[in-house]
Amino acid sequence: MNLSSISASADALADLVAGRLPDARGRFGPFGGRYVPETLIPALERLEDGVRRHLRSPSFQQELAAELTSWVGRPTALTFAGRLSARWGARIWLKREDLAHTGAHKINNAIGQALLAGRLGAKRIVAETGAGQHGVASAAACARLGLPCTVYMGSVDMRRQAPNVDRMRLLGATVIAVTAGDATLRAAIDEALRDWVSDPLGTYYLLGSAVGPHPYPYLVRELQAVIGREARAQFLQKTGALPDAVMACVGGGSNSIGMFHAFVPDREVEIVGVEAGGRGEALGDNAATVSFGRPGVLHGTYSLLLQDADGQVQETHSVSAGLDYSGVGPEHAFLAHVGRVRYESAGDEEALEAVRALCETEGILPALESAHALAGAKRWSASHPDGTLIVCLSGRGDKDMPTLQQTLLKGGK
Amino acid sequence: MNAHERISAAIRAADTRGELALVAYLTAGFPGRERFLEHLRQVASGADVVEIGVPFSDPMADGVTIQRSSRGALAQGVSLGWILSELATLAPRPAPPLLLMSYLNPLLAFGAERLADSAERAGVAGFIVPDLPFDEGEALRPALASRGLALVQMATPVTSPDRLKRICAASQGFVYAVTMTGTTGKNVAVPPEVTAYLDSVRALSPVPVCAGFGIRSREQLERLRGHVDGVVVGSALVEVLERGEDPARWLRALRGG
Repeated sequence: MNLSSISASADALADLVAGRLPDARGRFGPFGGRYVPETLIPALERLEDGVRRHLRSPSFQQELAAELTSWVGRPTALTFAGRLSARWGARIWLKREDLAHTGAHKINNAIGQALLAGRLGAKRIVAETGAGQHGVASAAACARLGLPCTVYMGSVDMRRQAPNVDRMRLLGATVIAVTAGDATLRAAIDEALRDWVSDPLGTYYLLGSAVGPHPYPYLVRELQAVIGREARAQFLQKTGALPDAVMACVGGGSNSIGMFHAFVPDREVEIVGVEAGGRGEALGDNAATVSFGRPGVLHGTYSLLLQDADGQVQETHSVSAGLDYSGVGPEHAFLAHVGRVRYESAGDEEALEAVRALCETEGILPALESAHALAGAKRWSASHPDGTLIVCLSGRGDKDMPTLQQTLLKGGK
Repeated sequence: MNAHERISAAIRAADTRGELALVAYLTAGFPGRERFLEHLRQVASGADVVEIGVPFSDPMADGVTIQRSSRGALAQGVSLGWILSELATLAPRPAPPLLLMSYLNPLLAFGAERLADSAERAGVAGFIVPDLPFDEGEALRPALASRGLALVQMATPVTSPDRLKRICAASQGFVYAVTMTGTTGKNVAVPPEVTAYLDSVRALSPVPVCAGFGIRSREQLERLRGHVDGVVVGSALVEVLERGEDPARWLRALRGG
């Protein structure tokens, strides 16, 4: 990087810290925007207007805070992981999103958007889901508010996250299997968008990650930022200082952007995003978009993308359904671009070993997604033996039992 | 006459014959890559403008037929570069202007300047990009405009009156008036509110207006006559090619000839 691009990056980061990003066109620097069929433009404009009117209004904030406290169970704990710290070297705290209602951070966004959808007069909700956590959270939030809910889910994901499919159905949602493409999250988003295009003004699309056309990346970040805000205050209260580093897994990037947002202005805090390294570095063997992707447009946003030379979006692989996505939120592309967040990847095996380590030392079964952040934490600990670190434990791992039975529990290991 | 004016002229020529112009779509290389140019000639012989679909991995505005044809073409290795090089070999050139219909990402991967250059050399007159709404157009518009290539804008029944004005003013070749909210390929009725919407697009547009999405039958064409200058037929024609039938004959029957 030359001097002028360093100062351009510093300016861009200053814009983010000052709350000027995304800009009026939904951009984080070059990333973001709104690349959707014209049919969806009025719905996105209405959503943007709704976000502007409601999100920061005292009555909405009051209603959301009440739901987060009494129904979601916030604030979630910040747990010092003493035995894990002793094993890995650094002093590790866990931000316990696994303790939030429905078992993952996804509920923060789902209840917030469902409340917004109600204010916008939506008649039905559609959502996509990868690991099923966003689907379960959406189904729960819709049941809570009395809104009909349809969830699109790839058929491959339905198989590996079977417990969540039944949970969604019990919660009253209609789950529709998507067999197109690689039958995972990407195909589910394609199908949810097609549903929305058919009824853009009566249907509310409850997008679960910090991806998609403006204003979704902004809206999801704002609703997930509670994670980092709480963690930062809890850590300060417990230790009187800020941590040396914070870490979270990155698929589309909603738990991570929620964790990172409060820490971005704290220049002394290192921020690390851990992507799914899958089984290797070749295209198709991982879902490490920031590490291996190139700029492009998918699902309405200009961001980094795992694609071939012709611009065809590539299938991905990860043991974790929630990280198995070819794109990444535009704000992550921006944070990587300006150098504020470092992105690295952890492979399937490292993630599975991290699941075992957390179970053994702390009595916590983490989601396979969150286990990628733990694998990153193990690596970081090796080079920072006295360092302090917060890991976002984005969800619990009960849903992963079918995968764990095929891996960690197989062959008497 | 530059490229985008040729498109408008081809549509108006149908009008002077007393017919709705037919803008006919095929996915490049589907159902068979080796028969692409042959299919293209057959389609061109029955159409006023031909739209050539560039396959994409995530066709979010398309229904099941074009999802299937896109997947089939990609499986045979069809790419934008291949399509442009095939078109460059066309001799003699078909009379109807050729448009490329592509999602944005394959175009970005190719590069806007290189795209405009190669498209001009391949005899392409313009582009339809379903995931490039009016306000994001600068990703392509300057490069295309420098060669006189059209960037066709889409209008929909839910587009606000103010935005519709800007879309009509900016569109080149024609305005693609989407008949309904939804994806391509469904059979749509043409109720009075749709013809009223089409009338409003036509009243605002300095270029011809073509209705598309869900156009399959002569009856629909009869209902649309007088409200638009032409129609786009996509999924129905792809299904004709898929069944191994003659697309030119099908297009003639659609016209009522």
